[in-house]
Amino acid sequence: MSAAVTAPKTTTRRGRRAIIALAIGWVSLLLLLPLAAIVWTVVRAGASSVVHTLSQPDVLHAFQLTAIITVLAVLITSVFGVIVAWVLVRQRFHGRSLLNAIVDIPFALSPVTVGLAAVVLFGPGGWFAPFFAARGIQVVYALPAMILVTIFICIPFTIREVVPVLEEIGLDEEDASRTLGASVWHTFFKVTLPNIRWALAYGIALTTARAIGEIGAVLIVSGLIQGKTETATLFIYRAYEERQTAEAYVVALVLAAVSVALLVVIELLRHRQEQERTRT
Amino acid sequence: MSSTPIVVEGISKRFGSFEAVRDVTFTAPAGAITALLGPSGSGKSTVLRMIAGLEEPNAGRIVMGGEELTVKSVQERQVGFVFQHYALFRHMSVADNVAFGLRVRKESKQTRERRVAELLDLVQLTPFSDRYPDQLSGGQRQRVALARALAPQPQVLLLDEPFGALDAKVRQDLRRWLDELHRELGVTSLLVTHDQEEALELANQIVVMHEGKVEQVGSPGEIYDEPATPFVAGFVGAANVLHGEVVDGHVHLGSIRIPGAAHLDEGAAAAAFVRPHDVVVTGDDGGTIATIERVSSLGWLSRVSLRLPGGETLVAHIPNEDLHGAGEGASVRVDLRNPKAFMAPERDGATIAS
Repeated sequence: MSAAVTAPKTTTRRGRRAIIALAIGWVSLLLLLPLAAIVWTVVRAGASSVVHTLSQPDVLHAFQLTAIITVLAVLITSVFGVIVAWVLVRQRFHGRSLLNAIVDIPFALSPVTVGLAAVVLFGPGGWFAPFFAARGIQVVYALPAMILVTIFICIPFTIREVVPVLEEIGLDEEDASRTLGASVWHTFFKVTLPNIRWALAYGIALTTARAIGEIGAVLIVSGLIQGKTETATLFIYRAYEERQTAEAYVVALVLAAVSVALLVVIELLRHRQEQERTRT
Repeated sequence: MSSTPIVVEGISKRFGSFEAVRDVTFTAPAGAITALLGPSGSGKSTVLRMIAGLEEPNAGRIVMGGEELTVKSVQERQVGFVFQHYALFRHMSVADNVAFGLRVRKESKQTRERRVAELLDLVQLTPFSDRYPDQLSGGQRQRVALARALAPQPQVLLLDEPFGALDAKVRQDLRRWLDELHRELGVTSLLVTHDQEEALELANQIVVMHEGKVEQVGSPGEIYDEPATPFVAGFVGAANVLHGEVVDGHVHLGSIRIPGAAHLDEGAAAAAFVRPHDVVVTGDDGGTIATIERVSSLGWLSRVSLRLPGGETLVAHIPNEDLHGAGEGASVRVDLRNPKAFMAPERDGATIAS
């Protein structure tokens, strides 16, 4: 009897181990191996190759450009993200569910499509091209379009993080603040914002990671002008095409390091947020 | 602390097609506790929120201290509001929560610290000033919420089911404590509750609400002893409902005649409300014969289920000594005292004593 009971148990345990091994194997093979390969390639090339790459003006310019685009995209999407999230949660109006669905478009759309759309709007012969041309503003194949497409792609992250938290905290604290005489602004900065701060930080971290790594949309609207409209990802793309693999690997490693650092930050933030959520 | 009456004149509120509050009028006397009592969905919280300015009435006006409130914003009204679920600022310490309203009014640091210390002393939470809301029990949180509401010295205190989220024991303690606090402060208070016991115990005046309308305004004694409507008779305090017909100023149920229906039309269908403690055992031959179906002890008195000759059931609270040991199956003579007769209310609204 006991043997009959033990046998299936062993099988389940074996099955359990197998599925865990599969999960670990799948993740490490597909996610960690490429990362390890880049690290290994750079280490093998040696410190001199790193120093050489990172002192090239093109490389420095590429990092600078990525930083500018990322900072602006993060700032703008965070501010508007909080506003949109607040409107979605706190206001009842016709078309609210439509707005809620539209917000997710960047998740579904290929970045290349986004880039092409920007060219249609702002590129040569585009709808808004005459307007900007008349004012001497170069949009496409320049920084404005690159920032614009990055913002587009980053829009949902903050909103999707902030909405559930706003829903959960409800209206009571904001009402209490108002009955105590606080203005709408005071209430927002002293009551609402502190309550959503971890969700907002998490959204910002996700947005940053996404903005740094973006290539598809930026590729289309940048015009690939070396040393001018070349972000870090575009530099990797061109360096690789031109068989300057050593440089490509070094820049890729820096981007990967930033992403890993962001991941750590994201994990920490998620932890904080969960701690906060258990408080009620 | 200053105290002022709150005058509510014909306020109404619609949410879409739903009429939450319909033409509500009452005055909450200065320095007293007025309870807004009613079942959930009766519109009592909406009335409170309109007084605070958290909702806007569609019609009517609210006057406080001689000033029309309806045109003022929430911030200008200077009301203290206590929420059912405390609504403490979760990222602030207890002291910061209490100081919030003072900070908004740009009080000096000394004033703030003095006032916070006073209030924490008042709500007996001085040792907890550095704690966060999640480190407090429900009762403690609600005391912090009360201190926070009182800190800016509001003209009136509005309490929205303040004990609703607490368990029975804590609720009892806090109720008694609030009573004492109110005696000390004398601030005009409006208490929303669905708990009639709470209203009867705490309030100087009760406004009974039902389906968005005021059913009756009166002292706890008036509400309990002289209910103005069948709803009040059934909702406030337990009551037996006996349905019959008006004959000669009495409600007739078969052979039983219940007095007090002189104001009703002859021949009309009527309902008589009788409280369980108003069903008394009589020594003489008067009264009505009833059969004891069940007896359960409530200590010095018993909860007795009786069946009348016509088949109606009646719940009575009878002192043990008056039962003379009569048990299940025995017959007793009972008198129905202080019956309240109304024109036939809907039968499913009938409430039986608990």
